[in-house]
Parts: sequence; C-alpha cells; structure tokens
Amino acid sequence: MSVDKKTVAKIAKLARIRVDEEQQEALSGELNQILGWIEQLSELDTEGVEPMTSVVSMTQPLREDVVNDGHYVDQVTKNAPESAHGFFAVPKVIE
Amino acid sequence: MSNLTHLNISDALDGMNKGDFTARELTQAHVNAMEETRELNAYIVETPEIALDMADASDKRRAAGEVGIMEGIPIAMKDLFCTKGTQTTAASHILEGFVPTYESTVSGNLWNAGAVMLGKSNLDQFAMGSANITSYFGNVINPWQREGSTAPLTPGGSSGGSAATVAARAAMAATGTDTGGSIRQPAAFSGIVGLKPTYGRCSRWGVVAFASSLDQAGPMTRSVRDAAIMLEAMASYDEKDSTSVNIGVPSYQKALTGDIRGLKVGIPKEYRIDGTPAEIDQAWERGIEWVKAAGAEPVEISLPHTKYALPAYYIIAPAECSSNLARYDGVRYGLRVDGESLDDMYERTRAEGFGDEVKRRILIGTYVLSAGYYDAFYNKARRVRTLIANDFKKAYETVDVILTPTAPSPAFGIGEKMDDPIAMYLNDVFTVPASLAGLPGISIPTGLSNEGTPLGLQLLGKAFDEETVLKVAGVMEEAAGFSALPQLMAGGK
Repeated sequence: MSVDKKTVAKIAKLARIRVDEEQQEALSGELNQILGWIEQLSELDTEGVEPMTSVVSMTQPLREDVVNDGHYVDQVTKNAPESAHGFFAVPKVIE
Repeated sequence: MSNLTHLNISDALDGMNKGDFTARELTQAHVNAMEETRELNAYIVETPEIALDMADASDKRRAAGEVGIMEGIPIAMKDLFCTKGTQTTAASHILEGFVPTYESTVSGNLWNAGAVMLGKSNLDQFAMGSANITSYFGNVINPWQREGSTAPLTPGGSSGGSAATVAARAAMAATGTDTGGSIRQPAAFSGIVGLKPTYGRCSRWGVVAFASSLDQAGPMTRSVRDAAIMLEAMASYDEKDSTSVNIGVPSYQKALTGDIRGLKVGIPKEYRIDGTPAEIDQAWERGIEWVKAAGAEPVEISLPHTKYALPAYYIIAPAECSSNLARYDGVRYGLRVDGESLDDMYERTRAEGFGDEVKRRILIGTYVLSAGYYDAFYNKARRVRTLIANDFKKAYETVDVILTPTAPSPAFGIGEKMDDPIAMYLNDVFTVPASLAGLPGISIPTGLSNEGTPLGLQLLGKAFDEETVLKVAGVMEEAAGFSALPQLMAGGK
C-alpha cells in the first residue's frame, strides 16, 4: 500500500482541494509516512469485534416532525460571500 | 488592586460578594493584563468593550441579588465557540470574518452564569495540532521559559491561547475543547488545570466541529476548585446536540471533600513507555506517593491496547474531519476564491483557506474513507476503538480512577518537532486513549521539570464520574502545592 502522486491527485480531487503538481510529491511522502505508521493496526486481531458507533450508549432522541425553527433568511445568508434575493449565489453551473 | 489578576475564581467570587471589589474592577485589571501580555499572541480578537459592558451588567445583577455561579468572572473564550456578533474563526483563513448570528450553548451557559468575555483565544487551526503552531493568526507563546533561556516555548495545543492567557494571569479561566488531548496537554505545558469532561457532558452545539465523536468542551483554570465551578456552569443537557446526555449536573464543588481514603487508583503499566524522560516517570511516582499518603490504594492495571490508540485516532479523527470540513466550500460563509467553474471555485477556496496540517488531515481522512479502503482503515480503527473502551471498562471493575502522566515531555521549543508529523502526534500518547473511550480526564500541575517548566499529571475517571476525578485531583493539588509562576506574566514575575 503506497500513495503515489496519482493517488494524491485523486484524493485531492475527491476532497475538492487544489493541489499543484509540485506539492503532490511532498504530500505523497507525508501521507505514506503517516499511513505506514497507522499500518501497525493490522497486527491486531479484531475478528468479531463490533466497530464502535458511539462511546456513550444512548438511543437516538426523537422529536415531533414539525417546523420549529426558521424564517430568518437574512441571518442565514449574512455571512455568505455572495447572496441575492435571499439565496446563496454561486458561479454559473448550467451552460 | 494589582493582585486581582492572581486570584482564583473562588476567591474572586468571595471578594465580590463581600464588596471588596466590583466585577468592573476585576475585569478592568484583566483587560489591562491582556494588553500587557500581547507578546504571547494568546487572543485572535480582544473584546475589552464587551467585557466592560458585561462586567457592568454583572455588577447590576449582583446589586439586585442575582448572583450566578460565575458572576463577574472574566474569561477567555476559545475561538472555536460561536459567539453572537463576535468573529469566530477556528484560527483559520477560511472562516476569517465569520461573525456568527447565534451563540454556542456552552458560551451561552457561561454568560448566563455571569461570566464576562475578555476575547477569543487563539488555537491550532480547527483545533488540529499539539503546539499551537498551525493557527492562521500566528503561534501562541508559552508564558513559561526554560531556565536561563528566553527561547519561546509552545504552550501546547490545540487550546494553546486559552492555556497561555490563564497561565499568564490575563484571564481567570478559559474554555478549551479536547478531541485527543487539546485541553489536557496544553494545561500540562502551561502549568494550569485542564478538565475534559465525559463525552456528552457539555453540548457541542455551536462549537466548530473537528471530529464529532470525540470533541468535548471543558474548563481551563488555575485550581481544581475553579475547574469544578466552571464545569458546573458549562455543562447542560441540550436538545440541539443529539449526543448531549440528559442527566443532571451536580454541584461539582461538593465532590472536593479532600477524603480519598480507600479509593483504588489504577496505574496502567502500558503507560510506561520506552524513551520517556526519567523526570516524567519521577513525577508520576511522586503522584502515586501522594495518593497513597492520603489513604488511597495504588493498583497496577493493564490497558493492553494502549499502543494502538494513537494510530486508531489518526484514522478516526481525520475521517470525521474530512466529512465535517466539507462544509467550507466558499458558498455559505467565509472565504471564497473565484474560479472558472463551481468545482474550480471550491478547490481554490479550500486550497487557500485551509492550512497545511488541516489539508493533510482532510486528505488522510478522504483516503481512509474512500472506496476500497473504508473497511481496512476506518472500520478497523472503529473496532480498535471498541477494544480500547473495553480495556477501560475492565479496569474500572477494580479501580475508581486512573493516574498517568499527561504528556511525554514538558513544553518544547517552537520549531521543534515541526518536520515530523508523527513526532508531533506522539504528544497525545497519554491523552488519546481516554478520548477514544469518551472518558473524563483532568491534568493538574504537579511540579517543575529539570528545565524549570511545568509538568502535569492526568487523572481519568469513569463515564460521568467527574466528581471522583475532581476529588482525587483536589487532594493531589494540595499535596503538590504548585505555586511557581511563569516568566512572561501580567505584572511581571
């Protein structure tokens, strides 16, 4: 298992972080170092062990399915880099 | 009234109750101290006007007989808690200029209890780091220095600004958050008390998320009693956080009885790690002697999966971070860097907005969650997490509390360990296991290293048994009698 430049480019794309060609080399070295260290978990037998989902045993709290919040578009869009007519504005996505 | 900044919270509450000084005077002294210690870079934003307004309001409430449990106490708020009307950045460029329109539950609880906000304290970017060297707003400097040297040391991280300002007597207390040790390790490096409560004790609502299954807010103070007072103010059941636990908040101060006779204190043999400096082991031995002298019984225990905690953590935390930080896309808040398409805008925004360590963790997290690796990495780590939690469960069948060192070294210099991410990650070797198990832990200062810098010891408890942790911590604090002061301090040493 080794992360090459191509894999770095692929995961950077998945994570939507632009990584320049020259950074890919350095990152592949760093990621390999970390993943190599993490690899020691494979020596541990975890057959039949349940993966943990929550450290505190609890049941999911449920509430009535009713609208109990909202109606403050101004606050929601207040920190947006760009908004118009109560909506977030983004670059054109449909040609 | 220059000594107001040296008071503990408990003393200051008494002083204000007796009318010796007002909340405004106490706050003004801390505002001055905050300005005087700016070289530490402990704050991203100072809010002196808000502080003085809040102090005046507190004095009015006190005059009217309404006295909250933190009434008039000036504190620093880690810049990970959303504060209505005050910039909240998580020490990142991507959230620079973000002004929340709402208040986090924990900060709201503190204001309702009468606390006063001095400012937003600096941290590692998105709470990712152990040295406070990943903040977009610059490194935080530890008020402590090595004997005979003025070389800047790290205050630890990620709650480094909170730790530094409390140690420097520029805030009476501060909030921290702990994902893998981010309250306890900086508390140890800075010679203060830091308490990470049980997962679910304090609401995570309105706290910028890093790794949601681990993140927990807690108090950073200069005494165990102060930590008890502040935890009571911070903790609550909150229906806005579905992992918040609906059990009553006790009066934690009542746990400080000073009587630990008959308690069994677990000493985990796996925490004796090759290469740990002798002074760390010696401090631990001293701690064991203190609890023994107070009538508790040290018991050797085994937590067999300890060595797998850090690698499991460095799968789980980055995985959750890659998911949580997907929201920073340049659309709803924070930085936007224009691009040729929507995807290009996302990629450029995130490339410019996140620091190197944050990017590294997002990429690791994306990798371990990606198709073909999910089971080998992420599920494997979650299975290991179960084993680690079971280790603790088994240990607590025989002991009441567990005593360990907090960190494997005293504070190191800024610039050290920076080239090797794994060396930096090893800082959290003693704190991460309890984080994975969701258990409460406290770090208290117990003495000085050979270099003249603080050393901390950690006590871990059963889930929702902060009271026993505080009780034993109180006895150890008394035995340690830690009274040393840092070099860089408001009012000078």
